[in-house]
This record gives sequence, structure tokens and C-alpha cells, in this order.
Amino acid sequence: MSEYIIKNGHVFDPTQGIKGDKKDIAVKDGKIVDKVGSSAKVIDASGKTVMAGALEVHAHVAGPKVNAGRWYRPEDKHFDSHKTAGITRIEGGKSIPTVFKTGYEYARLGFTFAMEAAMPPLYARHVHEEIHDTPIIDEAALPVFGNNWFILEYLKNHEVENTAAYIAWILRQTKGYGVKCVNPGGTEAWAWGLNCLTIHDPVPYFEITPAEIIKGLIEANEYLGLPHSMHLHQNDLGNPGNYKTTIDSLKLAEGIKATNNFGREQVLHSTHLQFHAYKGTNWGDFESGAKEVMDYVNKQKNLTIDTGNVTLDETTTMTADGPFEHHLHGLNHLKWFNVDVELETAAGIVPFIYDPNNAVFASQWAVGLEIALYAKDPMRCFITTDHPNAGPFTRYPRVYSWLMSKKVRDERLNSFKKADKVISATNLANMDREITLYELAAMTRAGPAKCLGLSKDYGGLKAGMNADIAIYNINPDKFPSTGPEIEKAFAQVAYLFKSGKICVEGGKVVDMGHKETFWVDAKVPENKQVMHDIKEKFLRYYSINENNYPVPESYAPHQHIISVDASQ
Amino acid sequence: MPKEVTDVICPFCGTLCDDLIVSVSDDNKTILGVKNACAIGAEKFNHQRQPGRVKLPRMRQADGSYKEISYDEAIDWTAKMLVKSRKTLMYGWASTSCQAMSIGHEIAEKVGGIVDNCATVCHGSSLIAIEDVGVPSCTLGEVKNRADRVIFWGCNPAHAHPRHMSRYSIFPRGFFTVKGHKGRKIYCVDCRYTDTAKCADEFIQVQQGFDYELLDAFRTAARGEALPDTVGGVPKEKIYEIVEDLKQARFGVIFFGMGLTHTMGRNHNIDIAINLTRDMNDHTKFAIMAMRGHWNVTGSGQVLGWQYGFPYAVDLSRRDQARHQTGETTSVDLLNRNEVEACFYIATDPGAHFPVNAMISSSRKPTVTIDPHINCTTEISDIHIPVALVGVEVGGCAYRMDNVPIETRKVVDPPEGVLTDEELLTRINKRVDELMAKGGQ
Amino acid sequence: MHRTSTSSAWMRASEVERMNTVTLTVKKQPELYLECENVNPDVFAGKKADQIAKLGAFQGKEISTLGDFFTITGEAGATAADTKIVINGDCTKMKYIGAKMTAGEVVVNSACDMYTGSWMKGGKLTVNGDVHSFCGLALAGGEFTINGNAGNYLGAAYRGDWRGMSGGVLRVKGNAGSDVATFMTGGEMIIEGDVDIHLGTHMEGGKIVLKGNANRRVGGQMVKGEIYVFGKINVMMPGYKPVGEKEMEVDGTKATFVDYIGDLGERHPKRKGEVVYGHLYMKK
Repeated sequence: MSEYIIKNGHVFDPTQGIKGDKKDIAVKDGKIVDKVGSSAKVIDASGKTVMAGALEVHAHVAGPKVNAGRWYRPEDKHFDSHKTAGITRIEGGKSIPTVFKTGYEYARLGFTFAMEAAMPPLYARHVHEEIHDTPIIDEAALPVFGNNWFILEYLKNHEVENTAAYIAWILRQTKGYGVKCVNPGGTEAWAWGLNCLTIHDPVPYFEITPAEIIKGLIEANEYLGLPHSMHLHQNDLGNPGNYKTTIDSLKLAEGIKATNNFGREQVLHSTHLQFHAYKGTNWGDFESGAKEVMDYVNKQKNLTIDTGNVTLDETTTMTADGPFEHHLHGLNHLKWFNVDVELETAAGIVPFIYDPNNAVFASQWAVGLEIALYAKDPMRCFITTDHPNAGPFTRYPRVYSWLMSKKVRDERLNSFKKADKVISATNLANMDREITLYELAAMTRAGPAKCLGLSKDYGGLKAGMNADIAIYNINPDKFPSTGPEIEKAFAQVAYLFKSGKICVEGGKVVDMGHKETFWVDAKVPENKQVMHDIKEKFLRYYSINENNYPVPESYAPHQHIISVDASQ
Repeated sequence: MPKEVTDVICPFCGTLCDDLIVSVSDDNKTILGVKNACAIGAEKFNHQRQPGRVKLPRMRQADGSYKEISYDEAIDWTAKMLVKSRKTLMYGWASTSCQAMSIGHEIAEKVGGIVDNCATVCHGSSLIAIEDVGVPSCTLGEVKNRADRVIFWGCNPAHAHPRHMSRYSIFPRGFFTVKGHKGRKIYCVDCRYTDTAKCADEFIQVQQGFDYELLDAFRTAARGEALPDTVGGVPKEKIYEIVEDLKQARFGVIFFGMGLTHTMGRNHNIDIAINLTRDMNDHTKFAIMAMRGHWNVTGSGQVLGWQYGFPYAVDLSRRDQARHQTGETTSVDLLNRNEVEACFYIATDPGAHFPVNAMISSSRKPTVTIDPHINCTTEISDIHIPVALVGVEVGGCAYRMDNVPIETRKVVDPPEGVLTDEELLTRINKRVDELMAKGGQ
Repeated sequence: MHRTSTSSAWMRASEVERMNTVTLTVKKQPELYLECENVNPDVFAGKKADQIAKLGAFQGKEISTLGDFFTITGEAGATAADTKIVINGDCTKMKYIGAKMTAGEVVVNSACDMYTGSWMKGGKLTVNGDVHSFCGLALAGGEFTINGNAGNYLGAAYRGDWRGMSGGVLRVKGNAGSDVATFMTGGEMIIEGDVDIHLGTHMEGGKIVLKGNANRRVGGQMVKGEIYVFGKINVMMPGYKPVGEKEMEVDGTKATFVDYIGDLGERHPKRKGEVVYGHLYMKK
């Protein structure tokens, strides 16, 4: 097995408090070790930045709505499909990359893990087929629960144990990682063309509120002690004034303590917060609510968030928030794809152009940056674009440039056509903070790993951890000063180690690695009620048989199974 | 003692019923019977026990007869053909597994192939329409549990998807539809009175080729605008009446088929039907769904989608980019225009389904056909390679008409020595690698 | 002197004089179809004949050079705007001629295959022959004249794209097929002959002048824009209603037109509180 010694790099590792010191990192048999022998291959990292491989905590990269987005947008590949010389396959897709491009591009950016943000359980086989075909990076997927008939019925009567048993069953059937909740109750309402915009709007027929769903899922998650916390996409996404619903939702986590053996401290992860931090009453008086929301988040230690930064590109929105997509289609009249999924969820897709000349979109851009710049604890605030909703993940280097350099973001802000309007509607112009490399490492590596319950082996460079390492051509003593230079530095790693193998060198993919599918196997006490309910619903309401529901083993040839025992 | 295999998925049509029970002989070699399948599905399983299965590849001789050759010889000939040809049509895929398709795509990317599936002569029109205007849709269980208005427009499930109406669209009692068909109003729009029309509450006869105009009239009526006296043979009073009824629906769904995909305007007919559905969502809840014909043409679209970004007619002939343009990279156009140098057919029978000029063009090119049986295409091919019946003799993933993926099962062993698509394609892929390494292409 | 891609299609006499001409004469036919994405003033600019001869041309996976198929004389100008290309010989099996050009001039004395003049942004392209399908896709500027017939999808949008022809002038002396000008948003198209079905489907702007007849489905699902029809339409879309008559001069012809607004089955924008419809003008 291979041994490497990465010499002289500037190491940024929040798990060990290393803030750019020159340190050697030794790799052996896929792990980081204290030292290696003299025959170890030397990787010269002098003048370079060394971090753990990054973890994508929320992106739409594998599954039915991602794929619908691909094939219904041939124009997304137009003049874009290409193949680099070497071992890679054809790559294509500007806003929704094909699976090959997804794996290669994440790796080129220095990522070693991605979480598919929303898996409809009925379509789990599709999600895993795509995960199987996505090279290099480890992946996991979060099944959605917030509009699931079992959940709605159990939580209406506050049956947390039954809820937990059903969640455990779904995780096993779908090889899922945790509990995702999208637009709770509202997507079931959408099956009748309706929605739930506040946390107290009752779901038609089921008569349960989003507040009860959110609270119940948090409790069930902690009952199980899962590695990740409940992962929430709040109600009322994208509408002016929604910051109140956001804070109301976050408040439901107050007083609940994290229960798990994975070092996770949060009980609720609030995703793509930018879309949920708006003040005002309409698009005319729209204003940033980032300060109000982040004041709350900063106080509550049991919350984590990710930003959902707008990148000002033509992109594709896709979400299980079906009613939101219908609403968006009504605004921009672009082609709308919708699928309602029996008993479980829905999805909608609409292309979107975040034109920088538009004051609202430019303000959304500012809100996303404010979220990160207001965050007091970078271990609890992660950088995302809710790919591809606010922008493609390939724009992360650009997002970093805006966060790490006030000069670069002010250039962008002041050059907007409606700069005056944007500046008066947001707080960004007055914010001087520049995210440091150490904070970036927390926001993209150590923080996400801890949030996902993976901090024992991932997100850091401690001996014993998995050798997932990214080396960038960035000299911290001579940090680039222009936007394009910062972007270039982060866009192509000098080296990417994945489980101790060099998979990317000089920005070029040189090895496909040995990716794993992560999922959580939670043991619960035997629950005859839930098993009976499952049998019933398959017999009467589902359109497939219960025995054809689980994901076959062959779909995930390399599994990383995290066991949890909640049977006591 | 025969044994019963349950939860079997039927590998015939896009309804992809998954409740079949197949009785199999003790030695795992013979299918004895099938329960729950329709007549077509039953035949798919029962014909397995008929004698005369092709067990070895067949090579066409100079006098037009066929001689048996080994798999190795067939694989070598095929790989040589693929490596030599500058642009190869690789068509079919709709009756094999997603796992097999994936290997086929690897080969296509290496040798410069155009991967096209049966949508090209079927619901390709629907795919084009969705590429242009999207689609509000749902899974079949939503129809079962919620739909109170069902419109069959230009499709005849009584013949083409026999269990569709009992499993999903007319008869089932679902969560919100406890009255079954009594709680649903069924419309059938067609140019002729079909067996499906017999199951409908109301039949609307549209003049053939006037669906686009009629759908435009529906949309115009929905916006409260004036109409001519009749459109497509349907009086305007009827159009207004139906639109008002649809607006009262709780959950409406339109199923459509070749009546829209293959009449004048093709994709435009579906485009405007999708837009009508979209309009209805401003009033109530509506969905629309294509009645996909083959049991895994949808799967081919999905795998091509996640690997290359397009659902069919994927041109990989430049080997460093994927391109897609219906009318240029579609099989019939490529054959009619003599734009390919070799043909590779798998899990399909274009000889039976393509326009004759396209097949005359095809017959003049080196051709390999991969199929369990002798069919119209094998008899104009240079090589016919037999494989196992997918969904019967080997499993693999398939996608239903509503894109729900279901893993099909192996129920019996294939005939002795017969390879599966996956095994065959893996060996062809390997031989292509060997030849390319030698030839330095 | 470098012209921007959005400058006027008309060239000043002084510019024409200053243009360098490259002449391509077909010397060999491709067995399949030749992909000529390198045959346009933008790629030729700054190159001499021998350099142009080395540019690539694909048939499937096989790469050849332009010199394998054409005899090439002359030299290009320093920029696309200074470059004129004349092509002689049979180009019936050549795709992408003039595609993506932003300036300069191309004259083809032959029929052409698909994608001729597609994604053109400026300059002048003249084909003295028929063109196949998918030509002039998403035309954004310049002048594209077809002295012959055109196939299907003339001046249409690329698959899935809602942005079709947006500028420039496209003139067809003969007939065009179906799916002409889908998703048009701007520019002007003049068809002097007939068209088949689906003219101007999903139009959101721009102007089409049809001097001949149309089969059916003119202006289907039109949101905004103007279609002038001099001849007959076999079947009118039900979503169109006559609202009056207008005397107008259209492409040099003065006549009275019946004004139909529509497509009434489709959404329409509002301007100052008033709904803005698409217009289908039928010559009386």
C-alpha cells in the first residue's frame, strides 16, 4: 500500500487548531499517520495550502429530479460537452453536470464527499444508480420525511417511537443517511395544488401542522441518535417577509439536546438559509433579513446552517418544495417540470437566470454573503449554493473570493446596474469581515464533518483520520488579491488525496479512486404496529409491492455503513 | 415440486406491473405458468418454454443462409466492426437492463457511436415537447389515490397497457378515492371509438390530425375567450362544458399516446397538451403522463440522461463531446441520410418497426443484432448474437412510465451457454480495448 | 477596423473593398457528412491559405483537414469583418458552414446541409442553393439569404432553449419546411415561397413575413410578435380572432391586411395595464 509524505505545506485544520503552520502530513494505507518510512513518496507542498478534503453538506447531484433537470435541458449542455485527455469520460452540463462531470469537478475543487440533499424513497434505486456512476467522491443521500403519510399520521398523535421505527426502516430500505424535511406539510398540500406557508398552517386532510412535523422529526432523530441531525428546508422559501417563519421554525429546536455517539452537537441543520432570510412584504420593498436570522442562529448553539449563496448565473432550480417551483414558474414563465410522488413527496424544476442587473437577484446575492459574514462560529455555518438552485457548485471558488476579499465583493456590489437599490436593501456594503483560510477550512471541512457525525474520520488531518486531503496552489503569505486569481487558486487543486490515493494532480483526474456509499443502519426495538402499517399501505396505496421497494445490494458495491443502536 | 417466484416484474410494457407470480420447475429451467399478468405479459414468460431457442451466434453467409459461430468469433467480428466504423448507430436498449446500457455507453464513447433508443419512433415526440416546455406530472400511485378526472387522449390502454386501468387509472380504490371508478369521471379523446372508449364516461371524437387545434381551443376556452363553432369536429359548447368540468376536478390527469405523438405536428401536440395541463394548475391540480410503450425505454432515457445529459439520440461519434438533435442524430434520419457506416442493434427490432427505406439503408451496412430471438432485423444482419431474456432469465433495473425504478428479477436460468447482455457487452468492450491498443486509435 | 458583433448588417462600400477573399473549391466529397465548424470568417481570420487548409474537419470520429476536401486560395483578413469566403462546388453534404460567424461575408454557390448560418451574430451569409434543416438557428444578427429552399427548423431555437432567433434578417427566396421560427424573440424573417406546418410556434417577438401559403398551425401558442401572411392558410388556429383591418407596407408591398390577435389560448404580457397580443396579419 502507498505511503506519502506531504512536506512543508501550510496546514489549516480546525480539528487540531492548526492555523497555517508548516507541517508535514504522513499518509499510509489510506489513513493519515504520525510518520512514514523513508521510501514514502514525497509530495512537495511548500508554498501551498493543505486542508482535509471538503465535504458538501447539501447539493442536488443524484436522483430523479436532478436527472429530469438534465434531460429536459439539452441547452444546458450546448457547446459545453467536452472530454479532457486521459482517463475521464465525456463531461457536460453547466448548471446540472452529468454524473461523470459531477465527480471530477468536485474532486478538482478539493471535495471528497457530497450529500445528495433529497432522496424520494420510492425513487431510491435511481439515486443509488447515479451515486454508483459518480466517480471519486464518497456520497450519501438524505431521504425526505416531511410530507410522508406515515410521518404525518404518527406525528399527529405525537408517536415519536413509531416515527423513529419508520425512519429506521426507510434508512435501511433506501440506504439513506438521515432525516431530511422539505417544506413540511406544504408539499403534501401541493398534491392538491395548495401549500403551507407558516408553521401553523394545517395540512389538508391530515390536520397536522408544520410545527408539529418539525418538532416530531427532531425528537425522532435524537431518539435514534443518528450521526446527522434533522435537516430542514423551511416553509415559505423565497418569499419576502419569510424570515419570521424561519425564526419560528428554528425556535422549535430550543431546549433540545443532541443525543448521539458521533460528536454531533446540533439538533437542527437549517439549509440554504439565504432563501429564507428576507424582510419586506413584496419584491418592491424586499430587504435583507440576514442580520435578524443570524442574530438568532448565533445565540443558539444547537443549530447549524448552510448559506445557499447566489452566484449570479443562469442555473436550474430544483427542489422538493413543489409549490414553490410552480410559483417561480408563474414569475419567469420558463419551462416547469413537476412530479408528485405517492405517499412521500414531490419535486419541481424551473430554469432560472439570476441577472445581476436585477435589483432583487443582486440583493439575494448580498443576503447569502451576509449570512456567512454574520456567522460568529464558522464551525456551525457552511458554504453552499444549494447546487444548482442558487448557482452551480463549480462556482464555489467565486463565492470564496467574495467572502475572503472585501475588495472583490465590493467591486461586484458597486458595479451592479441597480447598485444603489441593492446597497440600501441590504447590509453588505458596511461589512468589513473577510473570511480567513482557517475559517474557510471550518466552513467547508471540519464543520460539515462534525455536523454529519463524521468528525472521527473526516474533515481533519489528525493521525487516524481518513487520508482525504486537498492541496491548493495558495501561498497564505501571498494570498491572491484579485477575484480571478482567488478563483483560479481554488478551482483546481494541486493534489487531491482520496482515501490515501492521489486522484487529482495539477487539476487533472488521474485515478478514479474507490468511492463509497455512506448510509446509516439504525437498530430499533421490534415494532409490530409500524410493520403492520407498512404492509397495509403497500397493499392498498402504493403502486409497487413492498418486496420491490428496497435498494438491492448490487447498487452500492462499496458501502460505508454507520451502525446506530437505539434498541435500548 | 414447482416453486413460485413472487413480486415478479413484467418486462413488457411501460406499466411495469410488479405483482406477477411465476411458477418455475424444480430445476430452474422451465416456466410453468404465470399469475396476475395480462395476456401479453403472460406470453412473455410462457414463451420461454417453447423449443427452438437460438443458443449460439449466427453469421450470414454469401448465399444468405446463416451458420453458427462461437461467441468469441462473434465478439471479435463485432469489435472489429465498431473500431473500424467512423460513425456507428447503436440503437435499441428498450428491452434490456440499465446495467447493460451503462456498458454499452462505454463502448459507444470509445468507438464513436450514436446511442439511440426506441423513443426515436415512439415517445420521442413527447421528450422533445418536455425539453421545450417541461411537464407537470406525478407517479401512478398519485393517480390511484387522488385522481377524480382521467382523460385518455390518443391512447388505447385496453390494448397497449392492459392492466393500467385496473392497477392505476380507472378502477382502483385509493386513499382519497374509496369509490374507485364510481368516484372518477373518465374521458376518452380519440379519432375512433376504441375499447378504451368503452370504459369511459364520455367519448370525444376528434378529427384525425386536429388534436393541436382542439387543445388550443381547450386552452382558449379555459381563458374565457371566444371560439369558432367547431374545432376538430367538436362543437364549441362541448369544449366549454368539458373545460368547466375539468376546473371542478380535485385532481385531474391526462394520459396520452401515439394519437398525439404520431399525428400531424407530433411534439407540438404534446407540447400544447402539457400547456393545457399547466393552465389547469392555475385552477386546480392537474398532471399529464406519457404512456411509455417499452418496459425500459424510460430507463434508457434515464441512463443516457445522467451519463450524457440527453434522453435519446445521443451522438458520441466525435468521442469528446455528446450532442443531441432530433432530426439529425435520430436513427431513422441517420439511416435515411446514409450518415452511419455500421449498425449495432440490441434489445429491439427495427426491421419490424422502422420505415422500409431506413432498413434498406441499414441492410447495406455491416450490422450486428443482439436479441434472444430471430426477428426481422436479425435476418438482414451480418451477425445475430443471442442473449438471455432480461426480466426472465436475468435481472436488472427498469424504469416505469412514471420514471419509478424497479429491479427486475431472474426467474429461470437462461439456456445453456447463452450470455446475458451485460456479459456480452463486457466482452465486446474488452475486445474493443485490445484492438484499439494494437491499432493505436 | 474591427466591428462589434451587434453592428448593422449592412456593410459600407469601403469595407467591402477592404475585404480579403478566401476561395474554397470542393475537390472531394465526404463519404458521410463533413462537419465544417471551422468554415467561417471568425476562424479563418488572420490565416493564409495553407494555414486554413490545415484546419480540422470531422466525419464521425475521423479527423481530416479542410485541405483534404477543398482547394483553398487567397488569404483571410486580419479580422472576421475583413474576411470574405466564397465556396464553389457541391456542399450538399457539408454541415455548419458559416455557423457562429460574427462578421465578414460568406457566399456559398451550392446547396448546403444542416446548421448553415446557425448561431450567426453578424456579417452576411448568402447561399445560392437549398439548405437542409436546422439552419439559421438562434440567429442574433447579420443578414442570411437563401436563394433556394430551406428545410425544417429554419431560424428556430436549439432543442429545449426558449431563446430562438433574436435579431438579424433571414430571407428565403423559395419555400421552407416545418417548425420555422420556433421561439422567435426578435429579428425579421421573410419567406418568399410557402411553408408547411408550425410557423412561429411559441413566438415571443420579432417579425415574420410569409409571401406564399402556409399549410396549418401558424402562430400556435404565440405570446407576442407579428406574422404577415400574403397567401392562404389552410386551417386557422382557433385561438385567433379578427379585430379589424390595417393598410400597411410590408417588405415593399402595400396592401390591406386583416388583423387577427392571438394565440388566445396562451398567456400574454401587459404593458401599461393593456394586454399585448401577438398579431397575425392576413393580406386581403
